[in-house]
Parts: sequence; C-alpha cells; structure tokens
Amino acid sequence: MVTTDALTVPPKKRKKYDRRRGHGEIRRSIFPTTMLWVLAALMAFPLLWFLLSSFKPGGELFSYPLSFFPREWTLGGYEDAFERIDFLRYLGNTFTVAAVTTIITVFLCASTGYALAKYKNPWLSVLGLCVLSMTMLPGEVILNPMFMVVRDLGMYNSLLGVIMPSILTPTGVFMFRQFYLTVPDELIDAARIDGASEYGIFLRIMVPLARPIMLTLAIVSFQWRWNDYILPLIILGDPDQFTLQIALRSLVGAENINWSVLLSASVLSMIPLILLYLVFQRYVTSSNINAGLKD
Amino acid sequence: MTLPTLSPSSSAHRAGEDGRRVRRRRISRYRLAPFIFTVATAVLFGLFFLWPGVLGLSYSLTDYRGWGEPEFVGMSNYTDLFGDSEFYQSLGRTLLYAAFAVPVGYCLALAMAVALTTKRARGKTPARIIFFVPWLVSPIVAGVIWRWMFGESFGFVNYIIRLLGGDSVQWASNADLSLFVAVLASAWGGAAFNMLLFIAAISNVPQSYYEAAELDGANGRQRFWYITLPSIAPTSVLVILLSSLTAMKEFAMIQALNGGGPGTQNRLIVQYIYETGFERSLVGYASAASMVLLVILMVIAIIQLRISKRKNAW
Repeated sequence: MVTTDALTVPPKKRKKYDRRRGHGEIRRSIFPTTMLWVLAALMAFPLLWFLLSSFKPGGELFSYPLSFFPREWTLGGYEDAFERIDFLRYLGNTFTVAAVTTIITVFLCASTGYALAKYKNPWLSVLGLCVLSMTMLPGEVILNPMFMVVRDLGMYNSLLGVIMPSILTPTGVFMFRQFYLTVPDELIDAARIDGASEYGIFLRIMVPLARPIMLTLAIVSFQWRWNDYILPLIILGDPDQFTLQIALRSLVGAENINWSVLLSASVLSMIPLILLYLVFQRYVTSSNINAGLKD
Repeated sequence: MTLPTLSPSSSAHRAGEDGRRVRRRRISRYRLAPFIFTVATAVLFGLFFLWPGVLGLSYSLTDYRGWGEPEFVGMSNYTDLFGDSEFYQSLGRTLLYAAFAVPVGYCLALAMAVALTTKRARGKTPARIIFFVPWLVSPIVAGVIWRWMFGESFGFVNYIIRLLGGDSVQWASNADLSLFVAVLASAWGGAAFNMLLFIAAISNVPQSYYEAAELDGANGRQRFWYITLPSIAPTSVLVILLSSLTAMKEFAMIQALNGGGPGTQNRLIVQYIYETGFERSLVGYASAASMVLLVILMVIAIIQLRISKRKNAW
C-alpha cells in the first residue's frame, strides 16, 4: 500500500514539492500508514476468509492445501441455504422485528427524551430515575421472569413478544434528552406565544430538529434488533417464528455442522445490515454517538 | 368572552376569574402533555422491566420450577448457590474471560483509534469503514467466523501453523485455547465501538500539547505515552468499565463459537443461568444466580456512573 502510494504520486506534483520536504513527508507517512493498513488487514481478514470460503464448493472447504480464493467459484452453498432452511421466512421475521421495533423505539424515545428535557414535574423525575435504573439491569439477568411475563401476556411464540420488550431503550431516551437539552427554551416559548399546542411544538418543531439523532438511533436500533439473540431465543419456540440468529444458532449447534450451508446463510444474514451501513455510515461513525450507545 | 352589557365591576370580576382559569388550564396543559409523551414509556417500563425484576427477585426466594405454586424457601437458593461448584466454575470462567477480553479489546480499539487519528496516515476513510464492519456482524455470526478460522482440522490458522512446520493446535478441545479464541473474537467484534469513543477523546486533546512536545524533541512514542494516554484517561476508564459489563454478559458469541465447550468448561455465567432456568427448569435457583450477576453488574455500572458524572467523560 505504501509503495503504491509513493509510486502513484505524479512526477509533476512531486517536483512542485521542495525535494527534501517531499521525501520527508513520504518517509514519515510510511510508518503510520503501514500500521493503519496492517490493522485494517487484520480486522478484515476473518471476514474476507469467511466470505470467500462461502463461494467454495463443499469439497474444497476442507481439502488441503487451502487457498485464499476459491479455485472453483460456486453458489452451491447459497442454493443449499435457500433449500435446506426456510431462509426467506427467517429473513422476513427478522426484518419485521427489527423494522417495527425501530420505528416505535425512535418515536417513543424522542417523545420521552423531549419530555424529560423540557418539562419539570415529579412524575418526570421519577420516570427519569426509572429509565436510568434500566441501564443497570440488563435483560440477561431477568431471562426467566421475562419469559413468564411475556407468556402471561399471551405473547409467547409470537414476534410481538420479541418486539414489545425491546422497544424501550434507555440509551435512546438519553440520546434524545441530551439533544433536546441543547435546544433553547426560547424556541418553545416563541411557538407557545404563536399559539402552537404542546403536541404541535413537539411534532412540527422538535421532531424535525432531531432528525440526525433519529437516524442514528434508527440505524443502531435496527442493528441491535437484527442481531439480537437472547430474547428471541427464550420467546420463540416454534421454528416458523425463528429469527435469523436463532436459525443460524441451530445450524451451528447441530451435531454435524453443515459448513457449506452455515457459511452462506451467515453471509446472507449480514447483507441487509451492511447495505444499510454503507448508505448511512456517516450517521453511525460521526461524533454525536455517545458512550451510552451500548445496548 | 364577557358580554358587553355587563357593568364594569362585574367585568373586572370576570377578568380575574378568566385569568385564574387560563392559569389552571396552562398548568394542566403542562402536566398533561409530558404525561402523554411519556405514558407509553412508563407502561413498557412497568411491564417489561419492573414486573420481571420484582418477579425475578421473588422467584429467587422460592423453589419455583416453572409450573405449579412456588413455595417460599427463604435464602436457601443462595446458600446452595455458594456451595455449588458448577456455579463457581462458571463465575470464575467469566471473570477469567473478562480479565483477558477487556485488556485485549482495549488495546485493539486504542490502536485503531490512534492509527486513524495520526496525521500522516494515508487512506483513513476506507480504513475507518473496514474497522467498523465487524460492529455489524452479529455475535452469532462472529462466533461462526472465528470457529471457521480456528477449526482444528480445517481452520485457516492451523493450516498456516502446519505450513510453518508446527503441529495443529487444539483450538476447540483445549478449554483454555478455546477461551483464547473467544477473547480474540470479542475484541474483534467490540473494538469498533470503543474505537469511536477513543477517536472522540483523542481529537479533543489540544493540538498545542503535541506541538510543544515536538518542539522539545519528543518522538511519536513519547508523545503517545506522555500526552495522548494521560489526556484520554477518563475515556479509558469508561471503555474498560463498559467492556467489563459486556464481557460479564457474554453469551451469544460463545454459543456459536464453542457452545460453552469443550464439555461445560467454558460455560459462562449467563449460559449457566439460561441452562439452569430453561433446560433444567430450576427457575428459583436460576433467579438467585441472576441476582448474583446483577450485583456484580450493578457495582460496575455504579462505578461507571460515578466516574462519568464526576469527570464528565462523555
């Protein structure tokens, strides 16, 4: 990478530099650039190896010597994945869960965060503390009771049972609260004087203002729900209702792992998220993400 | 609102009443609107947080098995738990896992952040995208990916080791090596997020410090050790605490990587709770184990809240 960089600098441009300085620049950028790309290669390698393996025919997966690129490219594994497991159904289930939860989450967190930031009354103080306490009690410690509650509400084995408990996230609420604290109160007062109702202020002024935060939370929330494992695991018992992660787990938990199907099914399960990320990546990697953004 | 035919005195009286009514309406409006904005949150909190939380706490004091009437047994679940070697093994294994996963993840995330913030590095934008992709990979798929890399008879790593003349390493059948793979996988999957925190912290370090150090002849390594690292200390603490929380809750990735194996040797605490509560149906007992985990997580979370409030780390 470094050498190609150095070579691709057009000769004219290089002349424009003071020779000593130009050389020093390139020399000094060698070490950081190498470090950066060695790390990038390390991070990318497992995924690339996995991706390329999924295009190998079943026989080549285990035959030595292994080769980085498939000697024979095939989509056989992908065809198998669609044939042997009900891939489209799992995809649909996962998409339903992730999309519905995300839409409700964004609006609920926006309105709650707005109320917590801009109104003061005892009810809100208590609620704020409650939401804060949620960060300390993760879902992993209430597995059994969560199952009982969902069962008693009649949502066992339905996607609704996965959607409802994951709607409320303290992270989302605090993201919006933090944002609305920075919005000046004068804006609200002005709108009130102009006769806007409280709901109108929220819907017509505050929601559009928070659009970047909404998008960030939407992407993060979609990723959480897409990749969620433990809640669907305890709520969904019927294979027809499985999400992708549960289906993949049952593939990898099998006595004899069918690697060819597993590889391609895993790759397929990642595609929607990767597309979403490539389109919206600046909303995720930009600075307004904060430490609370951890499920 | 007032009729024009009314006498001045009654009109003044009306005006006063009007004012009061307006004020009352405004108060109720300021009360009602936030209530409407938050009522759904409160309901969800009650249903899926408070209720299971209370239920879990009370189950932990009973011998509930998922059906029938739970019988109150006092603290006996807890006393049993502290004499249960399986529980200790899971807890110990989880702590061991966290003790390795946290520092490895920390170093990787910091290295990535430093590499991305170095002025002279080329190609930062594509590298940033590459660094971030593992964040998209679900824990299950991350486990599958590393299982594939470290397969004993078919994995890439053993293939290279054999090419170099070594013997194939027992990545799956040796418990410690298997845990080592889990540590690598968790560092790989969790680094992107911590990297963002580090990048934000590093770019907040005043540039003048570096310029002054450069004038005084400090080299890159010295600048990192004596300027960058101390300046981002609050973020470091935050990252360590957040990663500890994540490591203590690890479940899905290990499920796909080795299923807690070989045997039950790498069964971490959440998997222990899951198997006790759902497969063996000892709900009361599993709830007691959950409460122990809860206490551990709460201690970490409280430390984190304290520190972040004091230092304003984020």
